Amino acid sequence: MLEKLNASRIESADLYDWDELVQEDRVHRLIYTDPAVFAAEMTNIFGAVWVYLGHESQIPANDDYITVRLGLRPLILLRDAHGKIRALFNRCTHRGTTLCRKDKGSARIFTCPYHGWSYLNTGKLRAVPWPDGYACNFNEAKYNVAQVPRVDSYRGFIFATLNPEAPSLIDYLGAITKPIDEWLDRQPKGRIRVCEANRLKYKGNWKLAYDNSGDGYHVVFSHRSLLEMENRQADVANKGMSYYKGSPDTAPMYIAYMGNGHHFKDKRPNIQKRAGGLWAVEGPAPGSEHYADALRQRFGAKAEEILDLASSEPVNINVFPNFSLLGNHIQVFEPVSVDETNVTWYGTAVVDEDNALGGAVDEINALRMRTQEQFPNFGEVDDLANFEEIQRGLACQEDEWIYMHRGLGIPGRVKTDENGIITAPATDEVFMREYIKEWKRLMKATPKLVVQREP
Amino acid sequence: MQTVHDPTISSYYVNDELYRNLVENFSDWQREELAIAAPEVRDRFRLLLEREARLLDELRFDEWLAMYSPECIYWVPGTPEGGDPRREIAVSFDDRRRMEDRIYRLRTGYAWSQAPKSRTVRMISNVEVFATSESAFRMVRSNFLISEFRVDGTRFLSGWCGHRFVERAGRWEIQVRQVNLIDCDRNLRNPSIVL
Repeated sequence: MLEKLNASRIESADLYDWDELVQEDRVHRLIYTDPAVFAAEMTNIFGAVWVYLGHESQIPANDDYITVRLGLRPLILLRDAHGKIRALFNRCTHRGTTLCRKDKGSARIFTCPYHGWSYLNTGKLRAVPWPDGYACNFNEAKYNVAQVPRVDSYRGFIFATLNPEAPSLIDYLGAITKPIDEWLDRQPKGRIRVCEANRLKYKGNWKLAYDNSGDGYHVVFSHRSLLEMENRQADVANKGMSYYKGSPDTAPMYIAYMGNGHHFKDKRPNIQKRAGGLWAVEGPAPGSEHYADALRQRFGAKAEEILDLASSEPVNINVFPNFSLLGNHIQVFEPVSVDETNVTWYGTAVVDEDNALGGAVDEINALRMRTQEQFPNFGEVDDLANFEEIQRGLACQEDEWIYMHRGLGIPGRVKTDENGIITAPATDEVFMREYIKEWKRLMKATPKLVVQREP
Repeated sequence: MQTVHDPTISSYYVNDELYRNLVENFSDWQREELAIAAPEVRDRFRLLLEREARLLDELRFDEWLAMYSPECIYWVPGTPEGGDPRREIAVSFDDRRRMEDRIYRLRTGYAWSQAPKSRTVRMISNVEVFATSESAFRMVRSNFLISEFRVDGTRFLSGWCGHRFVERAGRWEIQVRQVNLIDCDRNLRNPSIVL
């Protein structure tokens, strides 16, 4: 049936001349404003590529679940009774009713509130009220809950795709696994725990957030109020992202395009590589001085590396289309409609079961919660306001183009290494040009998405 | 404990003890037997809440900050039960310095989320005052409705506030203010005003 649906639908490939809409130096406003493009993206992007759904620490035990979305499809992401991670369509096979209406919990059985059909958390139909009123055979697979056929994790990060033709997750992530590994490996045992979120939304297209995720050009302008704020009392005005002031293009930080739409802005080279180097530039947070003094008294010089765990890691690791590691956050982009997007900044805490931190884990987490609240409160809100103003500006129908050509055509500025990784100065828009090429390739494709059901 | 550090420039009072006190004592104070029915007491605190609302509506932030103790907390939980701010991030959890940061940022002229500024009117109602085991403290619970107009329309933010007041030198100061949005665990559009 799904095959027939694919054939009868207007295919994305036929919707537009994509080469006209996405050019080398500019893109057409329609890719941000046209509901038909958005509808096609929900298949060709948020369906056909690996999309981030959640972190394993959000479903630590068997039968734990959270409700999430894959594009617009509501899902129950769970660890079933046998420990297998599954992404069930959150929809009763009978009449389509939402099966699970909570954000999170633990359940071995999901019972539909409407007519009482119940399912095991493997997705298998368990029971139907008054079955003798049915002539059918409920053992047929079609009565089991539909689920995403491919769900896989990379070091705790859970991704899923409906596309049987997609590469493996590890191949899809490719070169971006290196910065992901480095981001994790600065934590004890390379582990983190998701701990609630700063949840924001804006009236604008989801790609405006992804365009921004690697953008080093906007920082001193869009975040001017934050930079002034966090340096208002510093003896030396070097807190936070101060290294963007002056001439960011000659600083050692850089932007790298890593393939498959992923990109990586690495600001670490701007920070002194020493224990306490990150803490030294962390902006003031509630409890900063108390915890720093207390840890230094107890641990001496070793306190500095513990304090670095409460400091923002200066990276933006952006995995197409909806996942970003920045500072200590996991940022998730969730399209709602062509002009509305949720951006959720999940906080992460340090996990230290082996007590590598000598009992300091609770204190460092208490501090880390406060440092993480800073950027969503005082930085992200201004970006989101600017995204909304872009969406507003794009209502000017006759002014069709949006530019992304910073760095284009300047000899020696953009470099490609032997592995195909493209690097450029931090304010360069090369990452936009490259990821949108990948977007265009995907929009031209005709993926055949499938669901799976328990046999 | 005596204040030896200026809380406007350093943060020593946000420590394990403060967090423990908030987690253990801030949810459990709305006990019927501690409710104070005396109209003059309820009026006194209702007037303070109304004044706070007016100062925020009029962006009179210096006077607003002056209503708070030097060592104070402005807390907007991200979970309906308040959560444990040691283990979870909140919508906001500001100490004195970060409250001043918040105001400073809004005044730079470059806080684009507030350029143009929101216009707000706040309604405060259902004010209940509770005694605590210490005579110098009062807990006040109130409901709020903020109408916020900005650029493309008016929206409503609602919820309830828990204020902990402390009496100092004959004046009731706000020591902790917990703002519980009814949709605190949902994605919020432009949460850039002081609630």
